[in-house]
Amino acid sequence: MRYPAYILFYLLSLLTFMQQVTAAVLPDERADVMLHSYEGGELTVSGPAVLLRKNIGTSTSVFYNTYTDNITSASIDVQISGSPYEEARTEQTLGVDYLTGKTTLSFSYTDSTENDYEASTITVGLSQDFFGDLSTLTMGFSQGNDTISARTGNDPLEFEARSSIVRSNYRVGFTQILTKNATLGFGFETITDEGTSAPGQSTTLNNPYRQYSFRLSGSPDIRSYAFELYPNTRTSNALSLRGNYFLPWKGAIHYEYRTFQDSWGIRANNIGLTYVQPISHFVFELRYRVYSQTQADFYRDLFDFEGQFTFMARDKELSTYSSTAVGFGISYEFAKNGWGWIDKGSLNFSYDLISFEYDNFRDATENVGGVPAGTESFYAFDADVMQAFISIWY
Amino acid sequence: MKRLPLLILVTTFVLSGCSSWEPWVKPYERENLSDPIMNVGRDPVVASYHHHVFETRESARGAGSVSGGGCGCN
Repeated sequence: MRYPAYILFYLLSLLTFMQQVTAAVLPDERADVMLHSYEGGELTVSGPAVLLRKNIGTSTSVFYNTYTDNITSASIDVQISGSPYEEARTEQTLGVDYLTGKTTLSFSYTDSTENDYEASTITVGLSQDFFGDLSTLTMGFSQGNDTISARTGNDPLEFEARSSIVRSNYRVGFTQILTKNATLGFGFETITDEGTSAPGQSTTLNNPYRQYSFRLSGSPDIRSYAFELYPNTRTSNALSLRGNYFLPWKGAIHYEYRTFQDSWGIRANNIGLTYVQPISHFVFELRYRVYSQTQADFYRDLFDFEGQFTFMARDKELSTYSSTAVGFGISYEFAKNGWGWIDKGSLNFSYDLISFEYDNFRDATENVGGVPAGTESFYAFDADVMQAFISIWY
Repeated sequence: MKRLPLLILVTTFVLSGCSSWEPWVKPYERENLSDPIMNVGRDPVVASYHHHVFETRESARGAGSVSGGGCGCN
Protein backbone atom coordinates (compact mmCIF):
# COMPACT_ATOMS: atom_id res chain seq x y z
CA MET A 1 0.00 0.00 0.00
CA ARG A 2 1.22 3.46 -0.80
CA TYR A 3 1.11 6.25 1.78
CA PRO A 4 -2.30 7.79 0.77
CA ALA A 5 -3.82 4.30 0.95
CA TYR A 6 -2.67 4.03 4.58
CA ILE A 7 -4.39 7.29 5.39
CA LEU A 8 -7.61 6.09 3.75
CA PHE A 9 -7.40 2.81 5.63
CA TYR A 10 -6.82 4.70 8.86
CA LEU A 11 -9.79 7.01 8.39
CA LEU A 12 -12.09 4.15 7.42
CA SER A 13 -10.95 2.26 10.51
CA LEU A 14 -11.81 5.23 12.68
CA LEU A 15 -15.26 5.47 11.17
CA THR A 16 -15.83 1.76 11.61
CA PHE A 17 -14.78 1.61 15.23
CA MET A 18 -16.18 4.88 16.43
CA GLN A 19 -19.86 4.26 15.84
CA GLN A 20 -21.22 5.04 19.28
CA VAL A 21 -24.49 5.19 21.08
CA THR A 22 -25.45 8.85 20.98
CA ALA A 23 -26.44 10.17 17.59
CA ALA A 24 -25.48 13.42 15.94
CA VAL A 25 -28.36 15.56 14.73
CA LEU A 26 -29.61 16.70 11.36
CA PRO A 27 -29.62 20.43 10.52
CA ASP A 28 -32.73 22.42 11.50
CA GLU A 29 -35.75 22.37 9.19
CA ARG A 30 -36.06 26.00 8.18
CA ALA A 31 -36.73 28.47 5.37
CA ASP A 32 -34.79 31.69 4.81
CA VAL A 33 -35.66 34.46 2.38
CA MET A 34 -33.03 37.18 2.02
CA LEU A 35 -32.43 40.39 0.10
CA HIS A 36 -28.79 41.35 -0.20
CA SER A 37 -26.95 44.43 -1.35
CA TYR A 38 -23.29 45.31 -1.98
CA GLU A 39 -22.39 48.83 -3.01
CA GLY A 40 -18.83 50.11 -3.33
CA GLY A 41 -16.25 51.24 -5.86
CA GLU A 42 -19.08 52.14 -8.30
CA LEU A 43 -20.18 48.50 -8.30
CA THR A 44 -23.66 47.52 -7.15
CA VAL A 45 -24.65 43.89 -6.58
CA SER A 46 -28.06 43.05 -5.18
CA GLY A 47 -30.70 40.37 -5.37
CA PRO A 48 -32.71 37.74 -3.53
CA ALA A 49 -31.72 34.43 -1.99
CA VAL A 50 -33.89 31.58 -0.73
CA LEU A 51 -32.81 28.57 1.33
CA LEU A 52 -35.20 25.71 2.14
CA ARG A 53 -34.30 22.71 4.26
CA LYS A 54 -36.60 19.75 5.01
CA ASN A 55 -36.15 16.36 6.63
CA ILE A 56 -37.22 13.13 4.99
CA GLY A 57 -37.69 10.55 7.70
CA THR A 58 -35.33 10.66 10.65
CA SER A 59 -31.99 10.35 8.91
CA THR A 60 -32.14 12.44 5.73
CA SER A 61 -32.21 16.20 5.25
CA VAL A 62 -32.51 17.84 1.85
CA PHE A 63 -31.97 21.49 0.98
CA TYR A 64 -32.41 23.81 -1.96
CA ASN A 65 -30.75 27.19 -2.28
CA THR A 66 -31.21 29.78 -5.00
CA TYR A 67 -29.21 32.99 -5.07
CA THR A 68 -29.16 35.87 -7.58
CA ASP A 69 -26.66 38.68 -8.13
CA ASN A 70 -27.93 41.61 -10.21
CA ILE A 71 -24.75 43.48 -11.11
CA THR A 72 -24.34 47.07 -12.26
CA SER A 73 -20.71 47.92 -12.70
CA ALA A 74 -18.84 51.10 -13.52
CA SER A 75 -15.94 50.00 -11.32
CA ILE A 76 -12.40 51.18 -11.86
CA ASP A 77 -11.68 47.95 -13.75
CA VAL A 78 -14.28 48.62 -16.43
CA GLN A 79 -13.52 52.34 -16.51
CA ILE A 80 -9.99 51.48 -17.58
CA SER A 81 -10.42 48.46 -19.80
CA GLY A 82 -14.04 48.08 -20.74
CA SER A 83 -17.37 49.81 -20.49
CA PRO A 84 -20.04 49.93 -17.76
CA TYR A 85 -22.29 46.88 -17.86
CA GLU A 86 -25.27 45.19 -16.25
CA GLU A 87 -25.66 41.46 -15.87
CA ALA A 88 -27.21 38.83 -13.63
CA ARG A 89 -25.83 35.66 -12.09
CA THR A 90 -28.06 32.92 -10.73
CA GLU A 91 -26.74 30.17 -8.51
CA GLN A 92 -28.73 27.11 -7.48
CA THR A 93 -27.72 24.33 -5.09
CA LEU A 94 -29.46 21.06 -4.33
CA GLY A 95 -28.05 18.98 -1.51
CA VAL A 96 -28.69 16.13 0.87
CA ASP A 97 -27.31 15.16 4.28
CA TYR A 98 -27.61 11.59 5.49
CA LEU A 99 -27.14 10.78 9.15
CA THR A 100 -26.16 7.33 10.38
CA GLY A 101 -25.01 6.93 13.97
CA LYS A 102 -22.41 9.62 14.53
CA THR A 103 -21.61 10.01 10.87
CA THR A 104 -23.15 12.58 8.54
CA LEU A 105 -22.61 12.13 4.81
CA SER A 106 -23.27 15.13 2.56
CA PHE A 107 -23.68 15.60 -1.14
CA SER A 108 -24.56 18.73 -3.12
CA TYR A 109 -24.61 20.02 -6.65
CA THR A 110 -24.28 23.73 -7.47
CA ASP A 111 -24.92 25.40 -10.79
CA SER A 112 -24.02 29.03 -11.48
CA THR A 113 -25.10 30.78 -14.66
CA GLU A 114 -24.38 34.19 -16.13
CA ASN A 115 -24.18 35.24 -19.75
CA ASP A 116 -20.40 34.76 -20.02
CA TYR A 117 -19.62 32.33 -17.20
CA GLU A 118 -21.00 28.87 -16.44
CA ALA A 119 -19.92 26.90 -13.39
CA SER A 120 -21.02 23.59 -11.92
CA THR A 121 -19.68 22.05 -8.72
CA ILE A 122 -20.16 18.70 -7.03
CA THR A 123 -19.34 18.51 -3.33
CA VAL A 124 -19.14 15.45 -1.09
CA GLY A 125 -18.47 15.62 2.62
CA LEU A 126 -18.25 13.51 5.73
CA SER A 127 -18.56 14.50 9.39
CA GLN A 128 -17.79 12.12 12.24
CA ASP A 129 -18.27 12.68 15.98
CA PHE A 130 -16.12 10.68 18.40
CA PHE A 131 -14.41 10.78 21.82
CA GLY A 132 -17.82 10.92 23.50
CA ASP A 133 -18.90 13.61 21.03
CA LEU A 134 -16.12 15.90 22.22
CA SER A 135 -14.43 15.81 18.81
CA THR A 136 -15.67 16.14 15.27
CA LEU A 137 -13.68 15.24 12.19
CA THR A 138 -14.84 16.59 8.81
CA MET A 139 -13.55 15.85 5.34
CA GLY A 140 -14.72 17.12 1.99
CA PHE A 141 -14.01 17.18 -1.70
CA SER A 142 -15.38 19.43 -4.43
CA GLN A 143 -14.92 19.27 -8.16
CA GLY A 144 -15.88 22.30 -10.22
CA ASN A 145 -16.05 22.78 -13.96
CA ASP A 146 -16.21 26.35 -15.26
CA THR A 147 -16.64 27.62 -18.80
CA ILE A 148 -15.54 31.19 -19.50
CA SER A 149 -16.66 33.11 -22.54
CA ALA A 150 -16.54 36.75 -23.59
CA ARG A 151 -18.44 39.18 -25.77
CA THR A 152 -17.37 39.34 -29.37
CA GLY A 153 -17.29 42.90 -30.65
CA ASN A 154 -20.09 45.24 -29.65
CA ASP A 155 -22.97 42.77 -29.79
CA PRO A 156 -24.10 42.34 -26.15
CA LEU A 157 -25.71 38.99 -26.94
CA GLU A 158 -22.90 37.32 -28.85
CA PHE A 159 -20.24 35.38 -26.94
CA GLU A 160 -17.35 33.12 -27.78
CA ALA A 161 -15.66 30.48 -25.61
CA ARG A 162 -12.37 31.57 -24.08
CA SER A 163 -11.34 28.86 -21.62
CA SER A 164 -12.45 26.09 -19.30
CA ILE A 165 -11.33 25.53 -15.73
CA VAL A 166 -11.30 22.42 -13.57
CA ARG A 167 -11.25 23.18 -9.83
CA SER A 168 -10.54 20.60 -7.13
CA ASN A 169 -10.94 21.31 -3.42
CA TYR A 170 -9.73 18.96 -0.69
CA ARG A 171 -10.50 19.93 2.89
CA VAL A 172 -10.23 18.47 6.34
CA GLY A 173 -11.33 19.93 9.65
CA PHE A 174 -11.24 19.03 13.30
CA THR A 175 -13.31 20.58 16.10
CA GLN A 176 -12.73 19.92 19.79
CA ILE A 177 -14.86 20.73 22.83
CA LEU A 178 -12.37 22.13 25.35
CA THR A 179 -14.60 23.02 28.30
CA LYS A 180 -18.29 23.50 29.11
CA ASN A 181 -17.97 26.93 27.49
CA ALA A 182 -15.30 26.67 24.80
CA THR A 183 -14.61 24.92 21.52
CA LEU A 184 -11.61 25.09 19.21
CA GLY A 185 -11.34 24.03 15.58
CA PHE A 186 -8.79 23.70 12.80
CA GLY A 187 -9.37 23.61 9.08
CA PHE A 188 -7.09 22.93 6.14
CA GLU A 189 -7.95 23.17 2.47
CA THR A 190 -5.99 22.66 -0.73
CA ILE A 191 -7.43 23.96 -3.97
CA THR A 192 -6.08 23.41 -7.46
CA ASP A 193 -7.23 25.18 -10.61
CA GLU A 194 -6.31 24.08 -14.09
CA GLY A 195 -7.32 26.25 -17.01
CA THR A 196 -7.38 25.29 -20.67
CA SER A 197 -7.61 27.95 -23.34
CA ALA A 198 -10.13 27.60 -26.14
CA PRO A 199 -8.50 27.18 -29.57
CA GLY A 200 -6.85 30.41 -30.66
CA GLN A 201 -7.38 32.11 -27.27
CA SER A 202 -4.95 33.12 -24.52
CA THR A 203 -7.41 33.22 -21.59
CA THR A 204 -6.69 30.66 -18.88
CA LEU A 205 -7.69 31.45 -15.28
CA ASN A 206 -8.12 35.17 -15.88
CA ASN A 207 -11.06 37.43 -16.58
CA PRO A 208 -10.96 37.77 -20.39
CA TYR A 209 -11.89 41.47 -20.23
CA ARG A 210 -9.11 42.54 -17.86
CA GLN A 211 -5.95 44.24 -19.15
CA TYR A 212 -2.50 45.01 -17.82
CA SER A 213 -0.89 48.41 -18.21
CA PHE A 214 2.48 49.38 -19.68
CA ARG A 215 4.33 52.58 -20.57
CA LEU A 216 3.51 53.70 -24.09
CA SER A 217 6.58 53.47 -26.31
CA GLY A 218 7.92 56.98 -26.87
CA SER A 219 5.53 58.52 -24.29
CA PRO A 220 6.46 56.87 -20.97
CA ASP A 221 4.07 59.07 -18.96
CA ILE A 222 1.08 57.60 -20.76
CA ARG A 223 -0.40 54.22 -19.93
CA SER A 224 -1.25 51.79 -22.67
CA TYR A 225 -3.10 48.49 -22.19
CA ALA A 226 -3.08 44.87 -23.43
CA PHE A 227 -4.96 41.76 -22.39
CA GLU A 228 -3.64 39.91 -19.36
CA LEU A 229 -1.68 36.67 -19.52
CA TYR A 230 -2.06 34.27 -16.57
CA PRO A 231 -0.45 30.92 -15.79
CA ASN A 232 -2.81 28.04 -16.51
CA THR A 233 -2.52 26.42 -13.08
CA ARG A 234 -2.85 27.59 -9.51
CA THR A 235 -2.54 25.65 -6.26
CA SER A 236 -3.32 27.14 -2.87
CA ASN A 237 -3.26 26.03 0.75
CA ALA A 238 -5.18 27.59 3.62
CA LEU A 239 -5.01 26.78 7.31
CA SER A 240 -7.54 28.18 9.76
CA LEU A 241 -8.03 28.23 13.50
CA ARG A 242 -11.39 29.19 14.96
CA GLY A 243 -12.85 29.15 18.42
CA ASN A 244 -16.07 29.88 20.26
CA TYR A 245 -16.46 30.95 23.88
CA PHE A 246 -19.69 31.19 25.88
CA LEU A 247 -19.65 34.19 28.21
CA PRO A 248 -20.96 33.98 31.78
CA TRP A 249 -23.78 36.46 31.11
CA LYS A 250 -25.10 34.41 28.11
CA GLY A 251 -23.21 35.94 25.27
CA ALA A 252 -20.70 34.45 22.86
CA ILE A 253 -17.33 35.35 21.37
CA HIS A 254 -16.16 33.85 18.09
CA TYR A 255 -12.63 34.29 16.78
CA GLU A 256 -10.89 33.16 13.64
CA TYR A 257 -7.41 33.26 12.15
CA ARG A 258 -6.50 32.03 8.69
CA THR A 259 -3.19 31.93 6.86
CA PHE A 260 -2.96 31.37 3.14
CA GLN A 261 -0.33 30.86 0.44
CA ASP A 262 -0.47 29.88 -3.20
CA SER A 263 1.75 28.94 -6.14
CA TRP A 264 1.49 32.48 -7.53
CA GLY A 265 3.45 33.88 -4.58
CA ILE A 266 0.47 35.34 -2.75
CA ARG A 267 0.55 35.24 1.04
CA ALA A 268 -2.51 36.30 3.02
CA ASN A 269 -3.77 36.41 6.59
CA ASN A 270 -7.06 37.38 8.15
CA ILE A 271 -8.37 37.60 11.67
CA GLY A 272 -11.96 37.99 12.75
CA LEU A 273 -13.80 38.60 15.98
CA THR A 274 -17.57 38.38 16.51
CA TYR A 275 -19.52 39.18 19.65
CA VAL A 276 -23.09 37.88 20.01
CA GLN A 277 -25.45 39.14 22.71
CA PRO A 278 -29.07 38.06 23.11
CA ILE A 279 -31.36 40.45 25.00
CA SER A 280 -34.99 39.38 25.42
CA HIS A 281 -36.42 38.74 21.93
CA PHE A 282 -33.40 40.31 20.23
CA VAL A 283 -29.98 38.98 19.28
CA PHE A 284 -27.29 41.59 18.62
CA GLU A 285 -24.04 40.84 16.84
CA LEU A 286 -20.88 42.92 16.35
CA ARG A 287 -18.24 41.87 13.82
CA TYR A 288 -14.66 42.93 13.10
CA ARG A 289 -12.40 41.44 10.43
CA VAL A 290 -8.99 42.41 9.07
CA TYR A 291 -7.48 40.93 5.90
CA SER A 292 -4.12 41.52 4.21
CA GLN A 293 -2.30 39.94 1.30
CA THR A 294 0.89 40.26 -0.72
CA GLN A 295 0.91 40.49 -4.50
CA ALA A 296 1.17 37.73 -7.09
CA ASP A 297 4.59 37.25 -8.68
CA PHE A 298 3.32 38.38 -12.08
CA TYR A 299 1.39 41.43 -10.86
CA ARG A 300 2.54 44.97 -11.61
CA ASP A 301 0.60 48.18 -11.60
CA LEU A 302 2.67 49.38 -14.57
CA PHE A 303 4.93 47.29 -16.79
CA ASP A 304 7.87 48.91 -18.59
CA PHE A 305 6.77 47.80 -22.05
CA GLU A 306 4.29 45.50 -23.77
CA GLY A 307 5.11 41.81 -23.49
CA GLN A 308 7.77 42.41 -20.82
CA PHE A 309 7.16 39.03 -19.17
CA THR A 310 5.50 35.72 -19.99
CA PHE A 311 2.72 36.35 -17.47
CA MET A 312 1.35 39.81 -16.71
CA ALA A 313 -1.61 40.94 -14.66
CA ARG A 314 -2.97 44.13 -13.15
CA ASP A 315 -5.98 42.85 -11.19
CA LYS A 316 -6.30 44.73 -7.94
CA GLU A 317 -7.25 41.39 -6.37
CA LEU A 318 -3.67 40.23 -7.11
CA SER A 319 -1.99 43.35 -5.67
CA THR A 320 -0.70 43.97 -2.17
CA TYR A 321 -3.55 45.36 -0.12
CA SER A 322 -5.51 45.17 3.10
CA SER A 323 -9.15 45.49 4.06
CA THR A 324 -11.03 46.10 7.27
CA ALA A 325 -14.65 45.10 7.83
CA VAL A 326 -16.79 46.35 10.70
CA GLY A 327 -20.38 45.21 10.97
CA PHE A 328 -23.40 44.51 13.10
CA GLY A 329 -26.50 42.34 12.98
CA ILE A 330 -29.87 42.54 14.71
CA SER A 331 -32.36 39.68 14.93
CA TYR A 332 -35.86 39.82 16.36
CA GLU A 333 -37.25 36.43 17.30
CA PHE A 334 -41.00 35.92 17.04
CA ALA A 335 -43.35 33.02 17.76
CA LYS A 336 -40.74 31.61 20.13
CA ASN A 337 -43.32 29.20 21.53
CA GLY A 338 -44.65 28.15 18.15
CA TRP A 339 -47.51 29.43 16.03
CA GLY A 340 -49.50 27.01 13.90
CA TRP A 341 -47.04 24.89 11.90
CA ILE A 342 -44.23 27.33 12.70
CA ASP A 343 -41.87 26.41 15.55
CA LYS A 344 -40.33 29.89 15.65
CA GLY A 345 -39.19 32.69 13.38
CA SER A 346 -36.84 35.65 13.17
CA LEU A 347 -36.55 38.97 11.34
CA ASN A 348 -32.97 39.98 10.68
CA PHE A 349 -30.87 42.87 9.43
CA SER A 350 -27.13 42.88 8.92
CA TYR A 351 -24.71 45.62 7.82
CA ASP A 352 -20.95 45.68 7.18
CA LEU A 353 -18.65 48.49 6.11
CA ILE A 354 -15.59 47.16 4.28
CA SER A 355 -12.66 49.50 3.61
CA PHE A 356 -10.14 48.46 0.96
CA GLU A 357 -6.71 50.11 0.77
CA TYR A 358 -4.36 49.13 -2.04
CA ASP A 359 -0.59 49.44 -1.56
CA ASN A 360 0.51 49.10 -5.20
CA PHE A 361 -2.61 49.47 -7.33
CA ARG A 362 -2.91 53.02 -8.59
CA ASP A 363 -5.98 54.92 -9.73
CA ALA A 364 -5.11 54.85 -13.44
CA THR A 365 -8.10 57.03 -14.31
CA GLU A 366 -5.95 59.94 -13.09
CA ASN A 367 -3.53 59.23 -15.94
CA VAL A 368 -6.30 60.12 -18.39
CA GLY A 369 -6.49 63.49 -16.61
CA GLY A 370 -2.79 64.13 -17.11
CA VAL A 371 -1.11 62.65 -14.03
CA PRO A 372 2.08 60.88 -15.23
CA ALA A 373 1.87 57.07 -15.33
CA GLY A 374 3.15 55.47 -12.15
CA THR A 375 2.59 58.56 -10.00
CA GLU A 376 -1.19 58.38 -9.63
CA SER A 377 -2.60 58.02 -6.10
CA PHE A 378 -3.09 54.57 -4.66
CA TYR A 379 -6.65 53.29 -5.03
CA ALA A 380 -8.98 52.89 -2.05
CA PHE A 381 -12.72 52.53 -1.61
CA ASP A 382 -15.41 51.65 0.92
CA ALA A 383 -18.23 49.17 0.41
CA ASP A 384 -21.61 48.97 2.15
CA VAL A 385 -22.88 45.41 2.53
CA MET A 386 -26.42 44.73 3.74
CA GLN A 387 -28.76 41.80 4.17
CA ALA A 388 -32.37 41.74 5.32
CA PHE A 389 -33.93 38.33 5.80
CA ILE A 390 -36.70 36.37 7.45
CA SER A 391 -36.19 32.89 8.84
CA ILE A 392 -38.86 30.38 9.79
CA TRP A 393 -38.28 27.07 11.59
CA TYR A 394 -40.93 24.36 11.18
CA MET B 1 8.33 4.67 7.31
CA LYS B 2 8.23 0.86 7.62
CA ARG B 3 6.68 1.23 11.06
CA LEU B 4 3.79 3.28 9.73
CA PRO B 5 1.34 0.36 9.24
CA LEU B 6 1.98 -0.83 12.81
CA LEU B 7 1.59 2.69 14.17
CA ILE B 8 -1.69 3.12 12.32
CA LEU B 9 -3.08 -0.16 13.56
CA VAL B 10 -2.09 0.52 17.18
CA THR B 11 -3.51 4.05 17.06
CA THR B 12 -6.70 2.81 15.48
CA PHE B 13 -7.29 0.16 18.11
CA VAL B 14 -6.43 2.58 20.90
CA LEU B 15 -8.89 5.11 19.52
CA SER B 16 -11.48 2.40 18.95
CA GLY B 17 -11.70 2.06 22.72
CA CYS B 18 -13.25 5.50 22.82
CA SER B 19 -16.78 4.14 23.05
CA SER B 20 -16.16 3.28 26.70
CA TRP B 21 -14.04 6.37 27.32
CA GLU B 22 -15.35 9.08 29.67
CA PRO B 23 -15.57 12.54 28.11
CA TRP B 24 -14.36 15.37 30.37
CA VAL B 25 -17.40 17.46 29.42
CA LYS B 26 -20.45 15.30 30.03
CA PRO B 27 -23.41 15.47 27.64
CA TYR B 28 -25.57 17.13 30.35
CA GLU B 29 -22.91 19.84 30.74
CA ARG B 30 -23.17 21.01 27.13
CA GLU B 31 -26.17 23.31 27.42
CA ASN B 32 -24.08 26.42 26.78
CA LEU B 33 -22.25 24.82 23.87
CA SER B 34 -25.52 23.85 22.18
CA ASP B 35 -26.98 27.36 22.46
CA PRO B 36 -27.57 28.73 18.92
CA ILE B 37 -25.47 31.83 19.70
CA MET B 38 -22.42 29.53 19.92
CA ASN B 39 -22.75 28.78 16.21
CA VAL B 40 -21.25 31.69 14.25
CA GLY B 41 -22.81 30.26 11.08
CA ARG B 42 -26.23 29.78 12.66
CA ASP B 43 -27.87 31.51 9.69
CA PRO B 44 -26.47 29.57 6.68
CA VAL B 45 -27.87 32.00 4.11
CA VAL B 46 -25.87 34.84 5.70
CA ALA B 47 -22.73 32.75 6.26
CA SER B 48 -22.57 31.74 2.61
CA TYR B 49 -23.26 35.34 1.52
CA HIS B 50 -20.40 36.73 3.60
CA HIS B 51 -18.16 33.95 2.26
CA HIS B 52 -19.09 34.96 -1.30
CA VAL B 53 -18.53 38.70 -0.68
CA PHE B 54 -15.02 38.15 0.67
CA GLU B 55 -13.93 35.40 -1.71
CA THR B 56 -14.80 37.40 -4.84
CA ARG B 57 -12.59 40.29 -3.67
CA GLU B 58 -9.69 38.46 -2.02
CA SER B 59 -7.06 36.11 -3.38
CA ALA B 60 -7.21 33.96 -0.25
CA ARG B 61 -9.65 31.08 -0.39
CA GLY B 62 -10.46 27.88 1.44
CA ALA B 63 -10.50 26.62 5.03
CA GLY B 64 -13.53 28.76 5.83
CA SER B 65 -16.65 27.70 7.64
CA VAL B 66 -18.52 27.47 4.33
CA SER B 67 -17.70 25.17 1.41
CA GLY B 68 -16.95 27.16 -1.70
CA GLY B 69 -17.26 26.47 -5.38
CA GLY B 70 -19.30 27.41 -8.36
CA CYS B 71 -19.42 31.12 -7.76
CA GLY B 72 -18.08 32.03 -11.18
CA CYS B 73 -16.09 34.84 -9.65
CA ASN B 74 -12.86 35.31 -11.61
